[in-house]
Amino acid sequence: MRYEAPETIEAAAALLAGASGEARVLAGGTDLLVQIRSDLIEPGLIVDIKKIGEMRQVTAENGGFRIGAAVTGAELKEHPLLKAMWPGVVEAANLIGSTQIQGRATMGGNLCNGSPAADSVPALIAAGALARIAGPKGRRDVPVEDIMLAPRKLSLTKGEIIASFLLPARTARSGDAYLRFIPRTEMDIAVVGCGVNLTLDGSGKCTAARVALGAVAERPLLVAEAARALIGSSLDDKALAALASAAEKACRPIDDKRGTKDFRIKVAGVLARRTALIAAERARKS
Amino acid sequence: MAKHHVTAQVNGDSVEYLCETEDTLLDVLRDTLGLTGTKEGCGSGDCGACSVTLDGRLVCSCLVLGVEAGGKAIETIEGMAKHGPGGEALHPLQRKFLEHAALQCGVCTPGVLVAARSLLEKNPSPTETEVRYWLAGNLCRCTGYDKIIRAVMDAAAEMRVSG
Repeated sequence: MRYEAPETIEAAAALLAGASGEARVLAGGTDLLVQIRSDLIEPGLIVDIKKIGEMRQVTAENGGFRIGAAVTGAELKEHPLLKAMWPGVVEAANLIGSTQIQGRATMGGNLCNGSPAADSVPALIAAGALARIAGPKGRRDVPVEDIMLAPRKLSLTKGEIIASFLLPARTARSGDAYLRFIPRTEMDIAVVGCGVNLTLDGSGKCTAARVALGAVAERPLLVAEAARALIGSSLDDKALAALASAAEKACRPIDDKRGTKDFRIKVAGVLARRTALIAAERARKS
Repeated sequence: MAKHHVTAQVNGDSVEYLCETEDTLLDVLRDTLGLTGTKEGCGSGDCGACSVTLDGRLVCSCLVLGVEAGGKAIETIEGMAKHGPGGEALHPLQRKFLEHAALQCGVCTPGVLVAARSLLEKNPSPTETEVRYWLAGNLCRCTGYDKIIRAVMDAAAEMRVSG
């Protein structure tokens, strides 16, 4: 297995584009190494992107933040300003695995590993995050909800990698949150994950919202109908019931050892309510 | 493919080693460097028995490649006790683990100690809940965790006083 550690994105993209066999990006390695060691994949080339400066930085941009795709969850948590602006995203990234995993795992890897149950993805989608993709043909920006197509299948073409995520500026009176259901207290894969980002006006009415669900379909979902249930409402019981119903209807989950279809559908509605209320509480305080 | 030639620091000492791409830092520590204090419990980043710190960051060494450790400072359980002209002095965490009987078979213990030390470096006054969540990635089949948590809380209290 060949190991390369390029120092620019262009070099990394060229290595990946030019690989004759299977090639994989190595960021935190918390999924890649497990897959290699269990013989799920046998890449001929591993491209370590941790020496690429721009992928390891968090920089302020247009009032928001550009987060390098190889910044770890632990680093996100320690950033002095990020958690205050986007607590849902930072908390979601820090629910992945354990302290040890968070010390290495990255949001770029969490997304590109292609699991519909990835924890940071619904929070990024709800935030309206844009993924900046770099490849042999240059760079392009894609909404995070358009990156994953199906389990282990991304919309990236050969040689393309995610360089960074742009979290937009926080509008006044808005807040985000992420909740997930897992059977244990820690260290588990989401049975349902829900990210909500919303804005309230002065009278407490919701003027904007984004609702995303993870682990209930073949990819994380941006649920427009769930957002519409909230927009124009004061998050009263009727609106929350409509939200839960829209969340349930959007699910197309599988039965597996972690949860049945019916259970996931029910929990999606429950979590949508709870997450929306936390986001609203944060919006009121912001 | 030729092996990677890596130089790094382990517990303050300069080391160099050769490794294949697929060799993990855990493999290197145990099999190449002879530092068998760090244990393999699962090999998949779930149990935490292989915990070390990498440039001050708590990680599972089974999920780090040996080649990724180049130029980095690694701290393992072997570096926890102080070795000085007067002899060996156990870290307060190590002493408290003995006092509280916070280990039985001891296989999880190196990982728990490394993880706990990392916590107290970041947060000298953790609540019990914070300790439990921080150590969630360190599994123990023997003790039921209670004595581990008491030992960590007690060591933290002592370290806050002694500085």
